[in-house]
Amino acid sequence: MIYLFYLFATISVISALFVVAAKSPVNSVISLIVCFLSIAGHYILLNAQFLAMVHIIVYTGAIMVLFLFVIMLLNLNKSTEPQKSLITRIAAVAAGGLFLLTLLGAIKNGIGIATPGGYDGGIGLVKSVGMSLFTDFLVPFELSSVLFLSAIIGAVMLGKKESTAKQMATGDSAYAGLNQAEHIVR
Amino acid sequence: MNDVITAIRTVPLEHYVVLSFILFSIGMAGVLFRRNTIIILMCLELMFNSVNLLLTAFSAHHSDPSGQVFVFFIMLVAAAEVTVGLAILVMMKRNVDSVDINQLNRLKW
Repeated sequence: MIYLFYLFATISVISALFVVAAKSPVNSVISLIVCFLSIAGHYILLNAQFLAMVHIIVYTGAIMVLFLFVIMLLNLNKSTEPQKSLITRIAAVAAGGLFLLTLLGAIKNGIGIATPGGYDGGIGLVKSVGMSLFTDFLVPFELSSVLFLSAIIGAVMLGKKESTAKQMATGDSAYAGLNQAEHIVR
Repeated sequence: MNDVITAIRTVPLEHYVVLSFILFSIGMAGVLFRRNTIIILMCLELMFNSVNLLLTAFSAHHSDPSGQVFVFFIMLVAAAEVTVGLAILVMMKRNVDSVDINQLNRLKW
């Protein structure tokens, strides 16, 4: 069990490092997929089966494919990408390492969790997560559909070919032309 | 079900905390390290996932399903965020013909 944990942890850390270090964006996406699959393995180790399935479907199946699709659509797969200056890169690595040191220092005396007595190993199953989702968290669940609707509308607005102002102008002129036509008919 | 409980508790909670700290730091360093916007978005996803892993580990060790529902909501927000972020990326590619983050410096200083 603990060996499986170490295996998945090694895979996820190495592939996460490769996401940052890879030259080509497609290689980054592939190694991020590997990282997400190993995180799904962690979820299964924690007996969070519902989350493991949703994670694979949503992240690996939808989000990463969207990334790949955008990379191939925009033809971004150039390996000669301009790099930041050396001092900025050193500062970035130092910032990440110092942040990690700070976090590890915060928990070096243990996190001191008194685990409550009643323990149930089946809380990651679909039944109990679904019960919690549709009783305690029903309102946020319904509100998330509004969030998705606004995200869809925002993505469509941003992804349109012409600028919005131009569209509005052409729409107005078309409307004016329609009015003129109506006048002529009358 | 008892063997499942002991199996979950074989791995101490501190291990998951340290692992997600490492993943979060890698994601943060990647956001500062790279200039390609699409890789910066992927590093953001990595940071989301380290937080998700931490929430799931605490939830499983405390046997409280609320943590896993939070992870579900984080996944919903991440999906919406990626949709809008990639639309912005497509628009950026169309307008300045590059995905270099250093091109977008008009709001700097």
